Amino acid sequence: MTTTEKPQEFKVVGTRPIRHDGIDKVLGRAIYGSDVRLAGMIYGAVLRSPYAHAKITKIDTSKAEAMPGVFAVMSGKDMPLVASGALDLGETVDDTAFTSDRVMAHDKVVFKGHPVAAVAAIDQNTGLEALKLIEVEYEVLKPVISLEDAMAPGAVVIHEGLIGDDLGEKVKNTNVAVHNRSEFGDPDAAFAKSATVLERTFIISRAHQGYIEPHASTAFWAPDGKITVWTTTQAPFGVRKTISALLNQPLSDIKVIPTEIGGGFGGKIPVYLEPLAAVLSKKAGRPVKITMDRRAVFEASGPGPGGTIKVKMGVDHKGKITAATADIRYGAGAYPGASINPATAGIFACYEVPNVRIDSYDVVINMSKTAAYRAPGTPQATFASETLVGELCEIIGMSPMDFHLLNVSREGTRRPDGPVFPRIGNEACLEAIQGSEHFKSALEPSTERKLRGRGMASGYWNGIGNKSSVTINVHEDGLVSLIEGNPDIGGTRTTIAMQAAEILGLPAEDVHPAVGDTDSIGYSDLTAGSRTTYATGTAAIEAANMVIDEMKKRVAMIWETEYENIEHVDGLFVSNVAPDHKFTFKEAAGKLGQTGGPVAMTGTVNVRGSGGGSFGTHLVDVEVDPDTGKVEILRYTAAQDAGKAVHPSYVEGQFQGGAVQGIGWALNEEYYTSDDGAMINATFLDYRMPTSLDVPMIETIIVEVANTNHPFGVRGIGETSIVPPAPAVANALADAIGVRLYQTPMNPGRILEALATKKTGK
Amino acid sequence: MTQTPEQSVRKVSVQCTLNGQPTEFLAAPYVSLLETLRETLGLTGTKEGCNDGNCGACTVNVDGRIVDSCLMLAAEAEGKTIETIEGVAPAGGLHPLQQAFLEEAALQCGICTPGFLVSAKALLEREPGADEQRIRLWLAGNLCRCTGYDKIIRAVEKARDQMK
Amino acid sequence: MHPYQYIPATNITEAVSLLARYGSRARVMAGGTDLLVQLRGERYELDAVVDAKAIPELMELTLSTDGALSIGAAVPCYQVYEDEAIVAAFPGIIDAASLIGGIQVQSRASLGGNLCNATPSADGICPLIVYSGVVTLTGVGGTRTMPVEEFTTGPGRNALGYGEMLIKIDLPKPAVHFGAAYQRFIPRNEMDIAVAGVASAVTLDASGQKIESARVALAAVGPTPIFATKASGFLAGQPASEETFAKAGEIASTEATPISDMRGTVEQRHHLVGVLTRRTLAQAVQRARGNS
Repeated sequence: MTTTEKPQEFKVVGTRPIRHDGIDKVLGRAIYGSDVRLAGMIYGAVLRSPYAHAKITKIDTSKAEAMPGVFAVMSGKDMPLVASGALDLGETVDDTAFTSDRVMAHDKVVFKGHPVAAVAAIDQNTGLEALKLIEVEYEVLKPVISLEDAMAPGAVVIHEGLIGDDLGEKVKNTNVAVHNRSEFGDPDAAFAKSATVLERTFIISRAHQGYIEPHASTAFWAPDGKITVWTTTQAPFGVRKTISALLNQPLSDIKVIPTEIGGGFGGKIPVYLEPLAAVLSKKAGRPVKITMDRRAVFEASGPGPGGTIKVKMGVDHKGKITAATADIRYGAGAYPGASINPATAGIFACYEVPNVRIDSYDVVINMSKTAAYRAPGTPQATFASETLVGELCEIIGMSPMDFHLLNVSREGTRRPDGPVFPRIGNEACLEAIQGSEHFKSALEPSTERKLRGRGMASGYWNGIGNKSSVTINVHEDGLVSLIEGNPDIGGTRTTIAMQAAEILGLPAEDVHPAVGDTDSIGYSDLTAGSRTTYATGTAAIEAANMVIDEMKKRVAMIWETEYENIEHVDGLFVSNVAPDHKFTFKEAAGKLGQTGGPVAMTGTVNVRGSGGGSFGTHLVDVEVDPDTGKVEILRYTAAQDAGKAVHPSYVEGQFQGGAVQGIGWALNEEYYTSDDGAMINATFLDYRMPTSLDVPMIETIIVEVANTNHPFGVRGIGETSIVPPAPAVANALADAIGVRLYQTPMNPGRILEALATKKTGK
Repeated sequence: MTQTPEQSVRKVSVQCTLNGQPTEFLAAPYVSLLETLRETLGLTGTKEGCNDGNCGACTVNVDGRIVDSCLMLAAEAEGKTIETIEGVAPAGGLHPLQQAFLEEAALQCGICTPGFLVSAKALLEREPGADEQRIRLWLAGNLCRCTGYDKIIRAVEKARDQMK
Repeated sequence: MHPYQYIPATNITEAVSLLARYGSRARVMAGGTDLLVQLRGERYELDAVVDAKAIPELMELTLSTDGALSIGAAVPCYQVYEDEAIVAAFPGIIDAASLIGGIQVQSRASLGGNLCNATPSADGICPLIVYSGVVTLTGVGGTRTMPVEEFTTGPGRNALGYGEMLIKIDLPKPAVHFGAAYQRFIPRNEMDIAVAGVASAVTLDASGQKIESARVALAAVGPTPIFATKASGFLAGQPASEETFAKAGEIASTEATPISDMRGTVEQRHHLVGVLTRRTLAQAVQRARGNS
């Protein structure tokens, strides 16, 4: 069921063709990161620090170098010294020196799993055995794991040179890299005059994206200095830039070939293995492939941050929000860069908030540096704000749906951190849920042994536009190839091809999309930020328009008339001055040779903003076993604004996938960390992501409030769906058991504790 | 050249039937069937997700049973009949499950897809009438992080109905 | 990982002499679902893995005409739960065999391997205890038997001696009004290690209203699976009622000695023992009555 706001007649957009890369993927022929095979390829292995915080006092790789079957060994000394500086990766900016240090330690390790050395050997097991011969001596330092420890006065400082930014003031000797504040109006005065004020503190667990494919990179450093990298990544151009910066090599000497990618969710944006594989390859004179094992993926790649969030909200007698404040503190991991700014943008975005203050803290701790995880920073923040709203509604006796609608942000509302919303679909999503089967159906009543509850929550993710390039080549038989630079995580080859097909007047099958490498396609920003279908689609539309335009010129030549007399209508080239003149695209394509040669056009865009972002509202029914704390998800509906769904099946898929990730975060996912900073549950056994038996079908409602910033109204939708689930589940649980939890995951042990406190009233 | 430590434990020769063909290969005794399929036999359709039997991305069919190939030694393949994802499709075509996965958009990144197809095929061959709950239970050993399972289950149901 | 040989043994004598030769540097492999993971995780080093799956006695699964069940040490779980006669006669064993790890794991993992692996949280051991299982061990010194509850001696440790291996597990024919069940608590619906597990077996009187004898065993709440002798003793002579089950649960809970770890806390585990004891007793009684 979809609601259309701006009806536009489409022939291809909105249909459900089979994705172009589907056959290879169901046959098992698609080449992912660790499927790469090259002549003479050898296998890398990485030695990782067992300590979360230590000085490296000695490192001796000589025995490993001497081991038969070992081709090369490297450590921090083999990485060039690079200065601190901005490394602009398109959606975020990292620091070059920190990034170099992160991929290979120099004199200090700052998280368990921090690479300290690496080898390249004839096979994987030889490499692992060689690691045992590398002698490393550490002077163990006190690890800083909790936010309290990191922020306490006199805290052990992880990076001596780090200059913190505290509301613009420089701070030395700190683990707080950034303290930002966003404010408007006078929240404290408004709270004082409010009818009801509620404040709560929430603890959110660090959670991993959980992509099934571990990181895997292969590199070959040729004798002429050219470096070729095959890697599973969301950001081939970002990888190129990072390798260039870290290894001090010219950008254009580096070619990054993205393989197919087995999941990313933001976690495959940063570079981990590529520079190491390149350095080993240079030393060995062979291509080197390195893969991360699952433990390293959990410990040493970039999960989403956990943290503490304090939220306060006030309402008047009618339930209208008077003010809201938040204090958001995220554990960024061993280097700065937790997503506090998106958290600030998202935490109250669903509401009109006349007085607001949001403080946010990016705090360094001795765990791996966090990376983007689907709507980075926002699921955590929204867990806090939407769960608070759920409790507030209980207190004032207002239904959450009425509260949401009364306070809804809409076009013209000022987002609490400043920007003003253009046309958005927040209200439409709420109304879609309100009108849904699920919402209108009665929840099965609770029994003594099965407590049932229903909850809802809304969420938002803005997304980005940024730069993309798309090249379209017209074949003589009237089909076209389309080359773009965005690794295909979830069907975007096809959604991009469909947008081109729409303009070209071709069926989707007649556009053959491919993901190029950093030499074969113009610069394109990463597959992330909900931008690919939206912004790269815009580039595809531009390229397609350029193709049509050029072909009109050619057709004019053939019909010996003016270009201005040619139109392209319903897939046909027609002449205004000769009504019987018609060419199909195929016919025109067949004549390009005689009109000046092939037609190949490249559209390049730098899309400003996302056009307002995508809102979503989720509704969930849960059932709790009060004896064990076990939670079953009985029913789940996700409504979200897609602007215009290019391929509805893949839009639904994004809604469903994000919902289930959010459910996992809500119910079971956390980093169980020892006092030493080690992740104890670094396996899929104990990092518990939902299985097929843990969730029901996820009902979806595609809402379409056209995006004024895209020719077809398309919005980026890939991230929003992970934002509402955890608070929706929290609200449903509260409805079921009569007690609230303020911490993720809301696992059975915590639910039992909550039920026990309810009994005793303690 | 001096032997690597591994070479003092010699490779063993293994004969089996692989995707319908008699196949012979050498494998170190301590390597998994997964590693051998991928590295020695070039069959990279079977994936490594965790290497400890918790994600199912490495699922293959051995003598009619689905197993995690990361938890089986290559040497154990002796005399066995093994089917990997590369053996699921009939020559020149697609298995109804593969077709259903495409039609139902049951894959997003596709990394888990081979494992799911091998698992689901085994289920439908043994239990042609499996219902949604049975399908979910059977597939609980295959993790997917992209789809939330909804379209995967629908695809299996579609194939089930077509195969009857 | 230290390289090791793979040696498929074809008879018990060969396997035993290999184990005697290699000592602690060799282990028997059945399904390999624990062994291979532990080797990769370098919990220990081996020079040889002795594959037991070609040894006929270890692969035998026999429900004899007199109703006794013999499970070869390497018989994979799926064979047990796909045997309709065994499903009907030993449902408490099926409860565990169909829970361990997921379908792929059950294609290879064996109850014998689960027993020898001897983790406190093993799903397969408590049902064997309450069915009064007896293990047969053969080594250089000959063959001996012992009750299952004596076989695990600590976390990951069992009673196997030098050069000794598990051959089979024998379960006597259950009494006429006998019923047993195993339930565990896990946070998801599959694929997890038990936070707590309880197996309960009851033998009722002819009326089905009174418990003549019972055996209760607890998983994941002590250094080994725990044969809850106090709860078991209490149940003898009690009416088969909810009140009895609840009281037995309380007693069983006191016999548990859990630790807090990443899978659960002490309090949670004590609580779950009570809950699962009640539930498995109720289910065992229902099964016992159905057998009458």
